[in-house]
Amino acid sequence: MNILVCLKQVPDTETQIKIAPDGMSIATENIKWIINPYDEYAVEEALRIKEKFGGEVTIIGVGPKRVTESIRTALAMGADKGILVDDPAITGSDSLGIARILSAVIKDLDYDIILCGKQGVDDDYGIVGSILAELLGIPQISVVIKVEVSEDASTVKAHREVEGGTLVIESALPALITAQKGLNEPRYASLPGIMKAKKKPLDAKTIADLGLDASQVGENGAKIKIKQITPPEERKAGKIVEGETPQEMAANLTRLLHEEAKVI
Amino acid sequence: MAELKLFKGGEFLITDALPEEVFTPEDFTNEQRLIAKSAEEFGLGELAPRRDELEELNEELLKSLLRSAGELGLLSTDMPEIYGGSELDKVSSVLVTEKINQGIGGFLLAYGVQTGIGSLPIVFFGTPEQKKKYLPKLASGEMIGAYALTESAHGSDALTAETTAVLSEDGKYYIVNGQKQFISNAGFCDLILTYAQVDGTQFTGFIIERKWDGISVDEEEKKMGMHGGSTRSIIFQDVKVPVENVLGEVGRGHIVALNTLNIGRYKLGAATVGVCKFLIADAIKYAKTRIQFGRPISQFGLIKHKIAEMVIKIYVNESIGYRIAGLLDLALQGIDPSSENAGKKTGEALRKYALECSINKVFGSEVLDYTVDECVQIMGGYGYIQDNLIESAYRDSRINRIWEGTNEINRLLIVDRLMKASMKGELPLLDAVKAVMEDLMSYRPSMSEEEGLLEKEQKMVAHAKKMGLLAAGAATKKYMDKLANEQEVVALIADIIIEIFAMESALLRARKKFQKDGEEKSKIHIAATRVYINDSFQRVDIMTKQVFAAISEGEELRTQLMGLKKFARFTPINTIALRREIADSVIPVARYNLTKI
Repeated sequence: MNILVCLKQVPDTETQIKIAPDGMSIATENIKWIINPYDEYAVEEALRIKEKFGGEVTIIGVGPKRVTESIRTALAMGADKGILVDDPAITGSDSLGIARILSAVIKDLDYDIILCGKQGVDDDYGIVGSILAELLGIPQISVVIKVEVSEDASTVKAHREVEGGTLVIESALPALITAQKGLNEPRYASLPGIMKAKKKPLDAKTIADLGLDASQVGENGAKIKIKQITPPEERKAGKIVEGETPQEMAANLTRLLHEEAKVI
Repeated sequence: MAELKLFKGGEFLITDALPEEVFTPEDFTNEQRLIAKSAEEFGLGELAPRRDELEELNEELLKSLLRSAGELGLLSTDMPEIYGGSELDKVSSVLVTEKINQGIGGFLLAYGVQTGIGSLPIVFFGTPEQKKKYLPKLASGEMIGAYALTESAHGSDALTAETTAVLSEDGKYYIVNGQKQFISNAGFCDLILTYAQVDGTQFTGFIIERKWDGISVDEEEKKMGMHGGSTRSIIFQDVKVPVENVLGEVGRGHIVALNTLNIGRYKLGAATVGVCKFLIADAIKYAKTRIQFGRPISQFGLIKHKIAEMVIKIYVNESIGYRIAGLLDLALQGIDPSSENAGKKTGEALRKYALECSINKVFGSEVLDYTVDECVQIMGGYGYIQDNLIESAYRDSRINRIWEGTNEINRLLIVDRLMKASMKGELPLLDAVKAVMEDLMSYRPSMSEEEGLLEKEQKMVAHAKKMGLLAAGAATKKYMDKLANEQEVVALIADIIIEIFAMESALLRARKKFQKDGEEKSKIHIAATRVYINDSFQRVDIMTKQVFAAISEGEELRTQLMGLKKFARFTPINTIALRREIADSVIPVARYNLTKI
């Protein structure tokens, strides 16, 4: 089976985010970049499908050169090759622009299944996978916690948690699946894996290589525009309710809710 | 990038390296960064969540964690691929050691033995059969290694051990009897690398399997720190060891024992870098949230001083460690790890840098002790309370100045190695001393101050070398081959050498960074280097005076001191302002951030 994984590089969730002077983006200096955690589930699932059915796992990334590092990490985990679309025209792309770029890469590839994370943990739009499936004209199953490919590799069953139960959805292949937390436990890159990754192919492509023109991507091609980014309001310090016994604490809590919070 | 240069061991004392000739943490390749991340992710994902459990000894957990590390290739960075190893360069190997441990003493102990003294002797001195039999299992963590050298009456003086090995009548076995003490991993090891006297006098290495008859272990020692690690005595009672399990040659155990320790030392330095970075992050986080007198204590000058001084020392420590790792990689180039005599060649190549490895061990363990001490101080009373991370780290740290050769023994070794290199003609030390003496006659200190960035520091390091050579030269002239008996003088010379290597390593790194990235992006590197050299230079001056005062008197002493004064002149810089700048750069991010991975 040929498996494609779309991978985004995002700031480490532990990074202290600073807003850039323009007020519309974040300062990228001193940021530690990681593979988007949901995409990491997608990479792991791709490797597991490959281990069962054979074939090849291709990682596709969009972004500046630093994204190479995240693709290499996925190669070190066991993926076979990588493609990075790196072009100044990409800057300012919205989800639609990114999906256009990915579909331009993918339309020339031979594939059975595409895996994405359900959303990027940076801007949290959660729509690139869906738009991509639409552009490619293939079925999509999103926010998935279990993937079962049929023995003859013609269909896929995907589980998705819904309020009070699990939804099991079946689709013909090729299809696109977006990964939710709980899908699997991603493996670490092993040291021999890292050394082998060095020799795996990683192609760089520009917008022109893909037959796109600059009006379809970047700020020009964007349907939405970020007006402003503001930090969340700082959380006030909490209060520990005092008291020797549970009864005393409950009494104190009631008093605080009544007198200070004025909610009862 | 210009070529790194292969310097000889100890050559830094007489040759001024160029920044492009030494390896620095800014030179990590992409693969090295990925390897570091992989080790760090393992530490964060597998070790850190089990911190509390690992605080007490849990043999099964340790074994399973070592096996998980083995699956990722993290136990075998120094082992050849053909024996199941990951076969990486030394810089990568050091990075793995630095990044993996997450300040967890018990794991660090088990891991350090497994990847160092508990397996490297076979890598370097084992026969192909021994390697084939044991290395794959040590690499995967299926077998746990232990290194049993110390006996109750033989610590630093290890080669006179009393454990005996007697050849059986059929010539097939050695019968080993004796007791080894303070053996790490003893409680759950499968393989014991140990030493015994054959025919009473021939000190010899042996590979012994724990499951063989006649081996028992004593109770767990109640240690000051590293409570999560196992340390026991191992008792050998008529243990039949097949002759094929002699490690190295009969009567040549000292080669195995001493080289193993030599080689292991640079890894200990690496581990201290990792622990220091872990602890300083914790201390800064605390200082930012601890409010006294209405503001976070991180805003107070004396706390900033502590944070900055730790940053500076960590910076210097890692500059030293990776410079040496880079040097070792160069020295090992061209040795095919799969070839039969690769281990022996590797051992020989590494032995040439025993002096640098000792510096790394002494400096690293003392920086770590400084760091844990100041972290406790920042946390005040809380730092003294058990269950606080720093309280156990404070106790764990102390052993590092004792094991792998005490820091005292290592200081003696530094000078011993230097003298031997000089006598063997490997290092033209006497010529260098003579040149400095001549230089002294004609030298007129210039009155102008150097203007360029780090130019003044460059000159100070060059002068410190001259001061060191004067001290070493005068002491050798006075005591000749009896110098080793004057341990206090030897230790002073060793400390001067350590300071020189430390200053120069930081200086070369900061200059290399500055040349590549410009002044603005190298500001903190430069500040740390300047403060360190400012202080270290004065220590070199004082120690040189102490050497002179110990060996000369009257007119001779006055002449020596006058000469010294020419090289020791310098104008101090405002270290208070620089330390504040350094502290202010790390406090917002709450971690040591001078090295980018």
